[in-house]
Amino acid sequence: MVKIGVLGLQGAVREHIRSIEESGAEAIVVKKAEQLEELDGLILPGGESTTMRRLVDLYGFMEPLRAFGRQGKPMFGTCAGLIMLANNIVGYDEPHIGLMDITVERNSFGRQKESFEADLPIKGIADSYTAVFIRAPHIVSVGEETEILAEYDGRIVAARDKNLLACSFHPELTDDHSITRYFVQMAEQAKLAHV
Amino acid sequence: MNTGTDRVKRGMAEMQKGGVIMDVINAEQAKIAEEAGAVAVMALERVPSDIRAAGGVARMADPSIVEEVMQAVTIPVMAKARIGHIVEARVLEAMGVDYIDESEVLTPADEEYHLLKSDYTVPFVCGCRDLGEAARRIGEGAAMLRTKGEPGTGNIVEAVRHIRKVNAQVRKVVNMNEDELMTEAKLLGASFELLQQIKREGRLPVVNFAAGGVATPADAALMMQLGADGVFVGSGIFKSDNPAKFAKAIVEATTHYQDYKLIAELSKDLGAAMKGIEISTLTSEQRMQERGW
Repeated sequence: MVKIGVLGLQGAVREHIRSIEESGAEAIVVKKAEQLEELDGLILPGGESTTMRRLVDLYGFMEPLRAFGRQGKPMFGTCAGLIMLANNIVGYDEPHIGLMDITVERNSFGRQKESFEADLPIKGIADSYTAVFIRAPHIVSVGEETEILAEYDGRIVAARDKNLLACSFHPELTDDHSITRYFVQMAEQAKLAHV
Repeated sequence: MNTGTDRVKRGMAEMQKGGVIMDVINAEQAKIAEEAGAVAVMALERVPSDIRAAGGVARMADPSIVEEVMQAVTIPVMAKARIGHIVEARVLEAMGVDYIDESEVLTPADEEYHLLKSDYTVPFVCGCRDLGEAARRIGEGAAMLRTKGEPGTGNIVEAVRHIRKVNAQVRKVVNMNEDELMTEAKLLGASFELLQQIKREGRLPVVNFAAGGVATPADAALMMQLGADGVFVGSGIFKSDNPAKFAKAIVEATTHYQDYKLIAELSKDLGAAMKGIEISTLTSEQRMQERGW
């Protein structure tokens, strides 16, 4: 069984833990950088990206997180987690973790009252998936090797760049665990490749 | 595409978990809060301790203050409407505020009815002292709860009382037999269906933050340890000697609420916390927690 961590500094941690367990993997809340060592994959949850960034810096997570991704270990960012992973953020000079070859724009669907849910297909994962968008970012453009997995209203909302998976919506807020299962499989395959 | 669904409204509060929401009265304070790592700010005309000191009728903030704060930060902005004041709530919703607090800190507009919060696209947070009150607010459509505590006192005792009460009552419901729930619903003044849901899921269906008296990093950590999902800090930060340092320390203590060595470090040389008020010196009319039902 693979071990999947959820970065537990702030945000919807409990929901991801439940989803990982439902997907047949062991789930671990990560509060200290040393914990990354034992993991086969890591989820960066939804929350407030500004807050998460402050806490990542404060507790020396930044370099260990980058090293984790560069080793080829799978990482999955949802909403704020997507912003954390992106190489480019519209309107900002510097990215956060900056591992994934995508450009994102924050709060691009508007404020909370414009937040919504919608059904959309996700390539290779689900024909119809109820996606919950909360003050969500979107992916403006992707690099050559990044595959677009879902779009909504002409905007890219899910993508995969090798070992990195990201979506603008919140799979952890629904009972449909198909995306988490897909990520657990990515972790299983990466682990096999490294053995 | 659906906006304003329970999932979207409650989900917004889920994203705030483990975080600190800070009261601010202008753009400058909002930026200090954001910089310190607040997950949201509450835009107000006056913090609760000043409202308490000023007396008179406390109303929704001047929209220009709310707007100023919304333009200053990228984190979500909350604002308070008076209990039962339909128009203040609609005005805040129209302005694009991310969350409305139907708050006992302001003078109630209606002593009988709270807002029908399910009617709005914007989500609401409401105060509660026990599970009955929590259930009634959820029934009206609140997407997030917080303890009432006793706002503007810098005294944690009421917030502790309220979070313990709610969580003890949740545990009791979870452990009850199905055939005992209706009587409990009657006693609490809560809906039977909601108690069934709590029993099934083992917890409240919405996030519950602590509020009303958090004045130090240790207070914030205490509330997290008692089972709060996050913390509201009202007067505590900008009534302290060094708000920026204080705000940061409270955020860190909330994240690492069981790391006592860290909390000790954070609490060093913080300067004076806000001056507190002993609850027993307040008359019944001065207790904000008794507003609303």
